[in-house]
Amino acid sequence: MTLSVAMRHGLGRLTLDVAFEAPPGVTVLFGRSGSGKTSVVNAVAGLLRPERGRVAVDGWELFDTDARRWLPPHRRRLGYIFQEGRLFPHMTVKQNLGYGRWFAGRGGPGESMDRVVEMLGVGHLLSRHPRDLSGGEKQRVAIGRALLARPRLLLADEPLAALDEARKAEILPYFERLRDEVSVPVLYVTHSAAEVARLATTVVVLEEGRVMRQGPAGEVLADPDVMPTGVRAAGALLLARIARHHADGLTELDAGGVPLFLPHVAGAPGREVRLRIAAHDVILSRGRPEGLSALNVLPGRVVALRPGEGPGALVSLDTAAGTVLARVTRRSAKAMGLAPGVECFAVVKTVATAPADVGGF
Amino acid sequence: MGWLGPQEWQAVALSLKVSFWATLVGLPLGVFTAYALARWRFPGKQVVNGLVHLPLILPPVVTGYLLLVTFGTTGPVGAFLQKLGIVLAFNWTGAALAAGVMAFPLMVRAIRLSIEAVDPKLEDAAAVLGASRGWVFATVTLPLILPGVLAGAILAFAKAMGEFGATITFVSNIPGQTQTLPSAVYAFLQVPGGEGSAMRLVVVSVVIAMGALLLSEMVARRAASRVAGA
Repeated sequence: MTLSVAMRHGLGRLTLDVAFEAPPGVTVLFGRSGSGKTSVVNAVAGLLRPERGRVAVDGWELFDTDARRWLPPHRRRLGYIFQEGRLFPHMTVKQNLGYGRWFAGRGGPGESMDRVVEMLGVGHLLSRHPRDLSGGEKQRVAIGRALLARPRLLLADEPLAALDEARKAEILPYFERLRDEVSVPVLYVTHSAAEVARLATTVVVLEEGRVMRQGPAGEVLADPDVMPTGVRAAGALLLARIARHHADGLTELDAGGVPLFLPHVAGAPGREVRLRIAAHDVILSRGRPEGLSALNVLPGRVVALRPGEGPGALVSLDTAAGTVLARVTRRSAKAMGLAPGVECFAVVKTVATAPADVGGF
Repeated sequence: MGWLGPQEWQAVALSLKVSFWATLVGLPLGVFTAYALARWRFPGKQVVNGLVHLPLILPPVVTGYLLLVTFGTTGPVGAFLQKLGIVLAFNWTGAALAAGVMAFPLMVRAIRLSIEAVDPKLEDAAAVLGASRGWVFATVTLPLILPGVLAGAILAFAKAMGEFGATITFVSNIPGQTQTLPSAVYAFLQVPGGEGSAMRLVVVSVVIAMGALLLSEMVARRAASRVAGA
């Protein structure tokens, strides 16, 4: 399945002008608020009518303004997970879940009610009303409702933004299961780099209504030019495998032959995980550091050095584990003689990695 | 009925019948008008809004006179209806029309408020899940505004029970034909010794009006708790 989007639309002072292709998997629309992400998703859903454009799922046109074709929302066969859940308050959880399925017709392909209920762990909530659910539970039901509509494409607009950190950590794994166990492609909007790192197969970066960059998640995230939410959000995505769990609560990962120690990561040895290392959590050293409390040392070679706004600079380092980004001051970059080709070591503090930054692959 | 005399009872029964039909026939039209005013943008919307509210502001006798001019046997609509065998003037159906027109603004206001309280985002969500416009209305909008519709209907019924000016102007005050409860009160007060009858009808009036008001308040409160917590 390929989603193909091209559209132009005036949004007040901003002109949205985007075109991108989304291959199978989770495509994340990434950008700061006001960059036009939600408008793109709403146009795909049919809730916003762009001035010009064309959107097609596998060649099946949802709209094409040049051909004066416009499919109303209810005939687009989509599932949409909204930021605020938008469960129907007068229906029980079970009725909410079954709503889209009823219009899609019984039988046919797609996930069964039983499987979705089991996957999202909402079996004990079925007879409740939305007002009796917690924020996280509401969002799980909203995911199930969208999934059961037998969609050709799932849309999610900042589905975690309204939740606190604990609830986010509760819901993220369900999206990972969605990506890994359900064949429906997903277009996912977020401004959180951590969510991109954990979920994205493909990333489309929006800035001021335009596509600034698109490509595979690892590639885009490791590109220091992509900083739509500022240098602070920059970070690299590493793929690693759980090597063993240690008795002191640490988990040893194997990232391309380099051992990394993290606070306990769930999963059996051998399981692949995605790991986001924020650029401001990385320290660089010209010599192999000794007598340090940090456990993780990655030897590598500088590939690029980019000055940011203010006194900082972003260094990309090629290591055996993948590209690592480090944020240092321009003064230390100069003092250390950092330049492309220079060998150095990246030091990552074990506890710096937030649980939200580690996820299943 | 021992407590009410035959003419008094006749007036109460006629008023109940007139108000029932005025409310029932007005309800679908009221829901449609309220929905259009709450959700649609169309040219002349303010004019429609004004027309709907006119009976609330005009002296009832003026509304009654306009009804007589339009729906009387010599009026443009009345003459046409007479050919079809429908006579409204000086008939109980005319009383129902007058009561319905006078109650319409109250009904539309109550329903419109409840429609405006429904988040259009919920309707969008239903549409994306595969519901056409008609289904969205039937499965999301209508269930959510039902308490408001009920409250509007109860208010309209109470207003129709009390309608006097437009009714007496349009269909006069014929006992057994067009003499509704308020018309009967007025008639009894015109004859010597009629105070007793008038007082009994006043008591009935107050009881019905209070009951309707309490019921509509109760329904409206339930509406609020129902829509909360989406």
